[in-house]
Amino acid sequence: MLSVTGVSKIFPGVRALSDVDFTARAGQVHALVGENGAGKSTLIKVLTGVHPPDAGEVRHDGRPVRFTTPLQAQQAGISTIYQEVNLVPLMSVARNLFLGREPRGRLGLIDFRRMRREADEALRALGIRVDVRRPLRELGVGAQQMVALARAVAVDARVVVMDEPTSSLEPREVHTLFEVIRLLRDRGVAVVYVSHRMDELYEICDAVTVLRDGRVVHTGPLAGLDRLRLVSLMLGRDIGEVRGEGLTKFTGSHHAAAEPVLNAEGLTVRHQLHEVSLSIRPGEVVGLGGLLGSGRSETARAVAGALPTDAGRVSVGGVPVRGGSPPAAIRAGISLLPEDRKAEGIVPGLSVRENIALAALPALSRFGLVDDARIDRIVDTFVRRLRIKTAGPHQKVGELSGGNQQKVLLARWLAVHPKVLLLDEPTRGIDVGAKAEVQALIDELAEDGLAVLLISSDTEELIEGSDRVVVLKDGRVVDELTGDAVTEDALLRAVAAVPAGGRDD
Amino acid sequence: MTELAVARGALDRGRLLRLAQQYGVYAGVAALLLFNFAFTPHFASAENFRTQAVQVAPVLIVALGMALAIGTEGVDLSVGSVMALATSLLSLYLGYGPWVAALVAVVGGVLVGLANGALVAFVGVQPIVATLALMVAARGLALVLLPQLKDVRDPGMSALGSGDVLGVPYLVLIAAALALLVAFVVRRSTFGRQLLAIGDSRPAARLAGLPVRRVLIVVYVCSGALAAVAGVLATARLTASDPTSLGTLMELSAITAVVVGGTPLSGGRVRIGGTVAGAVLIQLLTTTLVKHDLPPSWTQMAQAVVIVAAVYAARERGKR
Amino acid sequence: MTTGTTEAGMPADTVHLDADEQGGPGRAERLSALAQQHGALVTLLLAMVVASLSFDTFLTGDNLENMALSSAFLAVVALGMTFVIVTGGIDLSVGSLFALGGVLAAWGSQYGTAVALLLPLAVCGLIGLVNGLLIARSGLAPFIVTLAAMLGARGILLAVTDEGSRTYLVDKDSFFATLGQGSLLGIGVPVWITVALFVLGAVVLRRSRFGQYVYAVGGNEDAAALMGAPVARTKIAVYTLSGLYAGLAGALNAAWLVSGVTILGSGMELEAISAVVIGGTLLTGGFGFVSGSLVGVLLLKVIQNVINQIGSLDSAYQQVVSGAFLAVVVVAQTWLGHRRRML
Repeated sequence: MLSVTGVSKIFPGVRALSDVDFTARAGQVHALVGENGAGKSTLIKVLTGVHPPDAGEVRHDGRPVRFTTPLQAQQAGISTIYQEVNLVPLMSVARNLFLGREPRGRLGLIDFRRMRREADEALRALGIRVDVRRPLRELGVGAQQMVALARAVAVDARVVVMDEPTSSLEPREVHTLFEVIRLLRDRGVAVVYVSHRMDELYEICDAVTVLRDGRVVHTGPLAGLDRLRLVSLMLGRDIGEVRGEGLTKFTGSHHAAAEPVLNAEGLTVRHQLHEVSLSIRPGEVVGLGGLLGSGRSETARAVAGALPTDAGRVSVGGVPVRGGSPPAAIRAGISLLPEDRKAEGIVPGLSVRENIALAALPALSRFGLVDDARIDRIVDTFVRRLRIKTAGPHQKVGELSGGNQQKVLLARWLAVHPKVLLLDEPTRGIDVGAKAEVQALIDELAEDGLAVLLISSDTEELIEGSDRVVVLKDGRVVDELTGDAVTEDALLRAVAAVPAGGRDD
Repeated sequence: MTELAVARGALDRGRLLRLAQQYGVYAGVAALLLFNFAFTPHFASAENFRTQAVQVAPVLIVALGMALAIGTEGVDLSVGSVMALATSLLSLYLGYGPWVAALVAVVGGVLVGLANGALVAFVGVQPIVATLALMVAARGLALVLLPQLKDVRDPGMSALGSGDVLGVPYLVLIAAALALLVAFVVRRSTFGRQLLAIGDSRPAARLAGLPVRRVLIVVYVCSGALAAVAGVLATARLTASDPTSLGTLMELSAITAVVVGGTPLSGGRVRIGGTVAGAVLIQLLTTTLVKHDLPPSWTQMAQAVVIVAAVYAARERGKR
Repeated sequence: MTTGTTEAGMPADTVHLDADEQGGPGRAERLSALAQQHGALVTLLLAMVVASLSFDTFLTGDNLENMALSSAFLAVVALGMTFVIVTGGIDLSVGSLFALGGVLAAWGSQYGTAVALLLPLAVCGLIGLVNGLLIARSGLAPFIVTLAAMLGARGILLAVTDEGSRTYLVDKDSFFATLGQGSLLGIGVPVWITVALFVLGAVVLRRSRFGQYVYAVGGNEDAAALMGAPVARTKIAVYTLSGLYAGLAGALNAAWLVSGVTILGSGMELEAISAVVIGGTLLTGGFGFVSGSLVGVLLLKVIQNVINQIGSLDSAYQQVVSGAFLAVVVVAQTWLGHRRRML
């Protein structure tokens, strides 16, 4: 139905896809899986016309096609359901369903009666009953997702691409969604299904393609591929593979104090976290394991006050921290290195120097005036200690390489002397040299008595860097690896475990 | 990653554009000066320069506050009305002496700024809309307090309006002092750094624990206070309080000065030097057209073209 | 003036309430939506009741006729503004375009009614088109583009009136003058025209495909583009439309005053925006209806009328009241919006 052959896509500095073959067949639900940066979203964007491929060919119905806009792809019968519902929330369900192809009566005016009737029928056909006159936003996320799906089907989609459609759905809604997907499959629609939830993949998908580092590492029927094998394909780690230590710059275990400095209890955020608890002792590096979407970043953000929680407590050194306020968390000694460095970390237009001093400004000023001499000393110290490569302290951070930007952020946080450092993907998207340096630095900081929380999609980094690994799945703590159990094998098993608690091997 | 490549790919054009954005305004001022020296009779006189400087002073002071607001990716449309409010308050309280009256006028500006800031920072209203509401209300309040034009006969005020030190009018001195003060605050104070960070990347500023709301409120308070000062000075110069017309279109002139001066509407940068030059540029443009017997209609159309050109030139950076 | 006429153009789909499968937030949500839609109307009726009880002169034919006439011109401008604001934009140039339209119409009236109407429409529509092109194709911020247009249009006005010193007069006996001064069934022609435009506007916004695009662009521009809506064309169209309406309102006003008064229209953009927002249209775009804007205009004019009737109060109170009103409405909208995002 829809296939790509030998597709490559290069973004400046990154080879997002190299020589990828992928085929979605009519009447089949095809899972597309892979960790962050594996190239899934790029592949979807190539399929749906957002990015043209640099090399290779997209074929639709056997004919080579070249979509330059999502609209063209849509008109050719390829519809995409995004993670965030891409409809107009303030318009009614029927208007959303029919935007741009409303049935028209006399004088070219829209025939609302017919539109509502047809909308109602279209939704009923998918087993959904809602009042189509209501504004879309009054519906639950699941129902909105269904409307998007109904729209996709109504435009005679032959291929439906779903990008993590269940990430904000209730179990009941997921159930309805699956019914609809089966309906589509039986009608001969090709479905491409992207998700990180193992259970869902095994429930709904017929075939699977695993991407890693922009390449296809596996493709074939899903039945017969066991969970453990799938997880190791995604993560690029084999069970039982012997691996000498020392590939990363981590030295191993640290001498942690007895009493935890950070205590988080029962953190709950609707749809995202369910009673997540963890504690970190000074001098300890605790890893957060789990697949993408398991609630790792959300946990870190909740602890740092950047994500308001519905329930749960955070305390540092026994003193409770007011939730939902980054300044309060920072004052208590919690610092967060956010996952999205560009959007939430650096202030691109300000200089290296000002970025480093940003969080510590109140301490570095007198009478509201910046104490430039002290800032210069601190900036100088950190630039040397972290070996930040810049043209000078006045260079704009936006112009630095990813690794150096990350070091600037680390320096920003070290300048406020935190007790707890939350590192969300500290080495993602930075080059090998800088990566080793950052890893060595994390080690050093723990040696100095900091409590560190490490989140990394790089299993090797996570295992070697951490003294203890807390494993998350669907927003819950499902396992904790300690001592000798901190191995990649154990992590893979914990991640791949079926929900009932049994192991799948 | 994409940014890097774009930056590299479009280096030549980008660098040119950046140069134009940063120094275009100074080049414009220089060109207009040269043109006038060459072709305008009686231009190069001390008297003329004094007139020009006195005329530009209120706009400049308002533009300073506007630059701060725009630096946070906001805007303050209420400045003209604040000037009107200031002039009304001034003439109402003149009986208590010029200093008290001026102080009351500035307090009025601060209160309007506080209302703007609260709407923007706490309620989360878009700055355009919040300041639009205050623009309507403050003008109305000014007219309620002082329904029509009233002469201001106060020796202190007229001294402020027309006096000078060593040939430099007080108005110009005050405007220069305020420009230096604001430049100093932007460059050297904690507040200035935080303001720029908030304007550049609000999510990052929030995660870095900056007091985002407080900074926003202070910005709008500053803008209100500066506009009130400009209102007081304009009143002193005109020796009359005219709440109907004082400050009309002032928000436009101020935004023009800021934008032409190279401060992007997308926030994160405040160029006080450029703002000063921007205000001067508009003033010179007006003068040039007037002195060459081109009617005011030309001035307005020219200003419209200059604004659009400046915003258009700054567009690339804004899209970053 | 009847609001019922325009209500008819608004289908019942947004008002209808029925059983709620999702439960929970739905009810409160819809109550607040109801408040947003009909708050202005209720306030208007209350204000009229209070005014007619307080002043004998309020509910007289003359006074109502006067209010209707003076509302008509602002209402036409607010109609165009409604379209712009529903797309999430803003048009600050309408006051200048209103004045320019009046002057051009008065000047053109010496060559006949057709010129008197077409000239302002052509010029103001063209300026609106330029606004739209700069906003939609070059991605400039609407407020700055239309602010510049406001200045530019004012400049053109001064240029065609010898720097504001000439006032063109309309021949009192011409057909053009009857457009402003005549009356039909005891109601002024401008009022009829306004009502007709609102009915048309309501039908276009609610019942045409273009109207759907207007809502979609304002509601979620990216989604609208993905769903195949012509985003840029829609934006260009609404700014052009806004220019046309402002020019037409100016022309009608000139016919009413039988002269092209040059000093009109300053601050009109604010009045129009206030009226639209008070009428329940979301400034963030994506939600609104033209009948609300009409109610907003009437409410502003009733407030103005009452303040005039009090006599001892200066008319400037109207600005204070409408500014405060605008602030209250915007705060309410933002809070409702916040709740929406949390859901």
